Amino acid sequence: MRNATVQQLNALKSKKRKRVQGIKLFLYIVPFLILSFVFSYYPLHGWIYAFYDYRPPLKLSQCDFVGLQWFNMMIGNKTQLRLIWQVMLNTFAMSGLALVTSFFPVIFAIFLSEIKCKWFKNFVQTFTTVPNFISWVMVFSVAYSLFTNSGMVNTLLMHLHIINEPMKFLDSDAHTWLTMLLWAIWKGLGWGAIMYLAAIAGVDQELYEAARVDGANRFKLMRHITLPALLPTFFVLLMLSIANFLNNGLDQYYVFQNAFNKEHIQVLDLYVYNVGMTGASYSLATAIGMLKSIVSVTLLFVVNFVSKKTRGESIV
Amino acid sequence: MNQITKKRKIKKTSTDFAFDILNYTFFLLFTLICIYPFYYLIINTISSNVLSANGAINFIPQGIHFDNYANVIKIRGLGTALWISILRTVIGTIGTVLASAFLGFMFTQQKMWGRRFWYRVIVITMYFNAGLIPMFLTMKALHLTNNFWVYIIPLIVQPFNVILVKTYVESIPASLQEAAEIDGAGILRIFAKIIFPTSKPILATIAIFSAVGQWNSFYDTLIYITEQKLYSLQYLLYCYINQANSLKALINNAAGTGGNVMSLATQQTPTSIRMSVTVIVVLPILCIYPLFQRYFVKGIMIGSVKG
Repeated sequence: MRNATVQQLNALKSKKRKRVQGIKLFLYIVPFLILSFVFSYYPLHGWIYAFYDYRPPLKLSQCDFVGLQWFNMMIGNKTQLRLIWQVMLNTFAMSGLALVTSFFPVIFAIFLSEIKCKWFKNFVQTFTTVPNFISWVMVFSVAYSLFTNSGMVNTLLMHLHIINEPMKFLDSDAHTWLTMLLWAIWKGLGWGAIMYLAAIAGVDQELYEAARVDGANRFKLMRHITLPALLPTFFVLLMLSIANFLNNGLDQYYVFQNAFNKEHIQVLDLYVYNVGMTGASYSLATAIGMLKSIVSVTLLFVVNFVSKKTRGESIV
Repeated sequence: MNQITKKRKIKKTSTDFAFDILNYTFFLLFTLICIYPFYYLIINTISSNVLSANGAINFIPQGIHFDNYANVIKIRGLGTALWISILRTVIGTIGTVLASAFLGFMFTQQKMWGRRFWYRVIVITMYFNAGLIPMFLTMKALHLTNNFWVYIIPLIVQPFNVILVKTYVESIPASLQEAAEIDGAGILRIFAKIIFPTSKPILATIAIFSAVGQWNSFYDTLIYITEQKLYSLQYLLYCYINQANSLKALINNAAGTGGNVMSLATQQTPTSIRMSVTVIVVLPILCIYPLFQRYFVKGIMIGSVKG
């Protein structure tokens, strides 16, 4: 009887000690939780500005509560509606083009793995991935050097008498979507292929041998062994890029934008910046940004759900 | 094995051969397209500025000199920007590496109160963000606008890096930690003496990605900084490019008014300044990247495990 109580007491004590230890461990991470809270959760309170007519020097309490005015305004008058429509069109075009070309890295990896000369393969792999680690500002600077009036491309074309006057590659609105896509491919293709290359390296070599014995040629091997091995990775990345459909990022479009191409380059992220930071209205920009965030999170959930249903695996 | 390779060689058909040629040509071309722009910039900055301005330097440098770099360094603001960029890269990288290592390790401690919950709280922040304006207003309220620390503090806790470290630490045998615990080592001691040294490979990967990210970052200067003395090199270069733009416009439209803008380009042409600064910014990455390529590759592979 007494023995049992002592045991119980001991168990209680060790339980308590464990809890104290648990709390102690927790205290170590509190500073980081605070950081995470301050920079990720706390800013969400800013969504409230979307329902006010916020004018910066004033405090929020001194500004008018306007309810859904900004949301109505987005689709309210005709010019605004046309603008939003164009911005959405740009966003969908850029993201759509990126989605449509998202199989490029797969092809790139499959073909690169067909190259048997090792040093050449390494050479290609190293130098095609470099542009990925250069910022968009640098890419723009490179583009500027090559494509301005006195740039390399124009002088070359003039020397060859293909054109008589320098072509305006950057200061024009011709093929803006396509140009942006091409720059993104230039920057990202090599790096995008890296993950697929690693996946190819992991494919069991015996599969190839067996198929070869069965008389499969090289193209059949690519089509029936290499390609299927890459599809799971491709699927996950595709899903993630669908979830990020509205998040084109700001950098690329910001640095390439100018008075000429503004109409076709303004994607949602850039539009939010242009509305919010360069004048029009904090509140309107917040409202748009808020809608964008909500749609993005919803897309992520949908995509995750689809992935769970079809592959039995969640992606987040 | 030998026999098989022999067989394969015999089997090589003319289609195979044609495919190989196309394949090699394609990759050679694409690789050239990827590196030529950088080569073009470099040869133009070390060639005679007159030739360069005429667009005569396309493949081989001529009239080699290094005045461009010597003069560009003297431009007011550039030294400060370089210093800011270096500082943020070093401090930012150290900060996020230490924090990710510690947090990732702590989240492997089963005894921690609410471990799974707090881990989720951190990880979930990867998937949403408040948006530009709320972020800006928050930073402003915290007095982080026009403050060097805006480059560092918001980037300390990076959920993705925490996941990487946690996954890695979980693969280290738990007996290591248990043995140290029996010897009376506290949690901080275990972290410093055991976990940190054994996690070096993953930490190197995190360090490299975060260093490149910090060096390349442009967005945060654009939004949170208006004082020129806090500009990062990337942002300053962007300003130079735009000034070259307006310079050109001014010269084209009204010849007389370009005076004060010209002061930026006293001896150098705007083009040579822009190119030299670009080279200065890009060169560290061009030099470092091939050396550390395997870390980069490893980083993306470990990352993909978690999807």
